[in-house]
Amino acid sequence: MEPSGTPSAEIDAHAAPPPVTLLQSLWTWWIILRTSIEERLVYRGDFALGTLMRFLPLVTQVFLWGAIFEAVGAATGRASVAGYSYHEMMAYYLLTQISRAFSSMPGLASNIALQIRNGEIKKFLVQPVDLIGFLLLSRIAHKLVYYVVAIGPFALVFFLCRDFFSGWPEPHILLAFVASLVMSFLLGFFMEATLGMLGFWFLEVSSLLFIYMLFNFFFSGHMFPIDMLPGYWGTIVRAIPLQYLAYFPAAVFLGKIQGAALVWGLTIQLAWVVFFIIASRVTFHLGVKRYSGYGG
Amino acid sequence: MRDDRSQLELTEPTTTGRVRPSYGLVFLTFARNSLVRDMTFRANFIIQCITSVSWMAMNLGYYLLIFQFTSSIGENTGWGKYEFLVFLATTLFVNSIVQAFFMPNIEEFSELIRTGGLDFALLKPIDTQFLISLQKIDFSSLSNLLFAAGLLAYSLVNLPELPSLVQVLLYPVYVLCGVAILYSLMITLAATSVWLGRNQTLYEFWFYITNFSRYPMEIYRGTVGTPLRWAFTFVIPLLIVVNVPARLMAMPLADQSWPLALFALLATAGVLWGSRAIFSRAMLSYRSASS
Repeated sequence: MEPSGTPSAEIDAHAAPPPVTLLQSLWTWWIILRTSIEERLVYRGDFALGTLMRFLPLVTQVFLWGAIFEAVGAATGRASVAGYSYHEMMAYYLLTQISRAFSSMPGLASNIALQIRNGEIKKFLVQPVDLIGFLLLSRIAHKLVYYVVAIGPFALVFFLCRDFFSGWPEPHILLAFVASLVMSFLLGFFMEATLGMLGFWFLEVSSLLFIYMLFNFFFSGHMFPIDMLPGYWGTIVRAIPLQYLAYFPAAVFLGKIQGAALVWGLTIQLAWVVFFIIASRVTFHLGVKRYSGYGG
Repeated sequence: MRDDRSQLELTEPTTTGRVRPSYGLVFLTFARNSLVRDMTFRANFIIQCITSVSWMAMNLGYYLLIFQFTSSIGENTGWGKYEFLVFLATTLFVNSIVQAFFMPNIEEFSELIRTGGLDFALLKPIDTQFLISLQKIDFSSLSNLLFAAGLLAYSLVNLPELPSLVQVLLYPVYVLCGVAILYSLMITLAATSVWLGRNQTLYEFWFYITNFSRYPMEIYRGTVGTPLRWAFTFVIPLLIVVNVPARLMAMPLADQSWPLALFALLATAGVLWGSRAIFSRAMLSYRSASS
């Protein structure tokens, strides 16, 4: 890439102004983003219906927790589970749907592993496009389209369930909520990307990914607020980054985490994001060194 | 030569001269083939068993966690901790049987329609619904049965009184009724892919809708819950699937709602017949996808 010693007009033109290269690369990224958006919009009907259906399990949760709180209330006179009232619990489940809309990355790790296995990854090694950057942009595009389509079903469900909320939180809480959502997206992305890179070492990562999914489902707070976990279980689950994918943003919105704890939580979340950005880069770098592609 | 003979063994001539397939033997052949396939990738098979059992164990953990905070699901419903564990074990029984026998086949069915592969199934001298429903068996899902049996035994021992002989005898019957209801719903949804082409969302819908069957029907109450319970009992009998066998096992005989148990039998027969009719209609509308 570097201009060699031969002085010629052609080489000068190539080596010339950096702003153009930057603009060109921005243009490239813009094209990638736009293509991904268009690709995604093809199936918008299926998409909107799918989003609405994702709320169906919530209906059973409403009734299940209704019955549980009724029994708890009858026994103790004060209906509270792990510091959550019935309304808070339902609001929590609704809010984790939002966190998951940001942090879930369906197919990301398995696709990276598949591309490694079938050799498709070669194109990123020979073309001047960065794999992780490309995946990040196409994921942002997917998510943007998802929000545009899903806002309808989400608004409908939240409107129907508005009684579970006691009003909007204060502006600074709302700001922290948005920040934690954006970071949960980045954390989800880079964590799964790192997992996918393991495909350089293992031929088949599907069972590994299943274990990740299992832990993610139960310990991110998607299934229940992790405040319910007793003793050292709670300590362990709070120490691993999964809680920032679902529990943390929802708990912030509900005002469960405030003041110094909130600042601390956001900082740790940011630290995990940085950690996994580096981890995905390092695993990719090491993986490419190991990788050998043949033929086609 | 050997192949010819085994082919012959699977059929038996009838008095009318037509060759009628022996369904039992064909099914055993399917089972054997699936087992051979599973055993070819043994490590994978073991990993699948472990992962599906750990999924169950996590679920169990979730409910045990809930029972840290409450002594029963709903007030005076009778679903205390061990009663609910019987319920959970029943859910596992029904679901793992469905997953082992029908899920892998029905998942492939819409693909058969899309690619035109159904032509070959239709040409075979055997009932098409039988063929596409039972061709593959996922033996790793059966590992959940062991887990469910263990859970059932553990929770029954902890109940105030052990179930009577009548309860023990009726339980498997109603578990099979539950399996039949879920199967019928599944094949009905699959049959609609003849008319709709691809229906990925419909399968998701199936997963989400069967979610309703996983909890005691008593929890559906109030202005929204009561109609919901009514609809999922009498229109789509999903609530019968687990509730009737679980209730039969977990509660004393005197507490049983026998009209519901009777209705469960009728509902099973009804949905089996209905799904068969829809499937046959769908096959009549099938136009091959191949050129």
